[in-house]
Amino acid sequence: MAPEWVFPGSTGGRGSIERFQYKHGGAEMGLDFSVVPEYFDQLLLGSFWTIAVMLVSAVISFFGGIILAVIALYAPAIIRYPFRAFSFVFMGTPLLLQLFLIYFGLIQIGIDLPAFVAGVIGLGLHFAVYNSDIIQAGILAVDKGQYEGARTLGLSKGQTIRKIIVPQAVRTVTPPIGNNMVALLKDSALVSVIGVTELTLSSQLAISNTFRPFEFYVAAAACYYVINLGLEFGLRRIELRIQAAR
Amino acid sequence: MDFDLILRVYPFFLKAALVTIELAVLSISLGLACGALGAYARLSRTAVLRFIGATYVSVIRGTPALIQLFILYFGGPQVGIQLDAFSAGVIGLGINIGAYMTETMRGAIISVDKGQMEASRTLGMSRWQTMRKVILPQAARLMIRPLGVNINAQIKGTALVAAISVVELTYTAQRYIGSTYKPFEMFFLAGIIYMVIIYGAGVGVSWLDRRARIN
Repeated sequence: MAPEWVFPGSTGGRGSIERFQYKHGGAEMGLDFSVVPEYFDQLLLGSFWTIAVMLVSAVISFFGGIILAVIALYAPAIIRYPFRAFSFVFMGTPLLLQLFLIYFGLIQIGIDLPAFVAGVIGLGLHFAVYNSDIIQAGILAVDKGQYEGARTLGLSKGQTIRKIIVPQAVRTVTPPIGNNMVALLKDSALVSVIGVTELTLSSQLAISNTFRPFEFYVAAAACYYVINLGLEFGLRRIELRIQAAR
Repeated sequence: MDFDLILRVYPFFLKAALVTIELAVLSISLGLACGALGAYARLSRTAVLRFIGATYVSVIRGTPALIQLFILYFGGPQVGIQLDAFSAGVIGLGINIGAYMTETMRGAIISVDKGQMEASRTLGMSRWQTMRKVILPQAARLMIRPLGVNINAQIKGTALVAAISVVELTYTAQRYIGSTYKPFEMFFLAGIIYMVIIYGAGVGVSWLDRRARIN
């Protein structure tokens, strides 16, 4: 018996998460992984988009984290406090909720973002807040003499922060930021829910053709695992290079 | 911002918040159990157990929680595991956070000074006795704060089960958006409730941490 599929939102364009839900009562028993190779291209394309989402939001979260950290430590109170509140809200609410807010909520005030852009901004900002916490600790750990020395040599406050403090701070905190990047890769699965056709959604599309959820989700998990290994390898290379440069 | 609407729907959100809290409490309990077992396996002297523990941590931490939930809930029936959405959510989230807690607990246990183990063994206590009476009481104090970080992450992680149709806070917000077309208000309300829950959990963890600290 074929499973009964229910995609309430699929006809209306921007649907809700309900469009991914179906009654699994009729799913066939038994496993058959031979259906997976047929969809290899689709999974590969999905992996490509997962990597794209990860890289773009990693860049946003890295530089966003630096900007947020500098604001939290050096900006005047009138700017600092709203940004602290912003961080507090982003750390205290689920990423899924933030993605929904950016994708579905911003339409209400007239900002209609494509799913990819909304997903990347959501992931990027969420992890920027986490990175900013780490980078703040890194900035505070830079010797105070560095700041004083740079100012004495005639650098302005902004130049000192930009050219002396931040580069040293970022070096000391690469390992924890790397951990955040690994978490980011896994959380990038969430953007499937707002309709970015990355690995998770690709496997869901394959499932809607074959009615074989177990096989394709396991295949997707394996792809994530491989991407994760690659990412960790890359991060280790970066850490080694930074350590050598010091 | 339509505050009238928020005042009309908030009782339903509070009800959904109870489901979120229930999910969090149950999955965190399961996670603590998995974490304890995992840490035991990873620190065991048997190579097979160590391998199982390491594989558990590596596979669970290397793949997205959303995919794990999907495998369990949508793929489970194919291998004879038929769970309702709520149980699948609790079990999936519990196994997921358990892997992170394994590492937290293992870290706390191995950070207890090695001399403690050597001294107790010299005094004639067995390995298990030493673990139970000397190492664990010290490690337990060290793991409260990092476990608090895991718990904080897990409360936010409960939002994932909206994707397998558990009617918790995020799903409820999603449903009310369907009927009111007011995403901002609904997510605002849900966000505030999440922050209150996380704040409450944070206060609880700090209280435990203060009580456990030796001055």
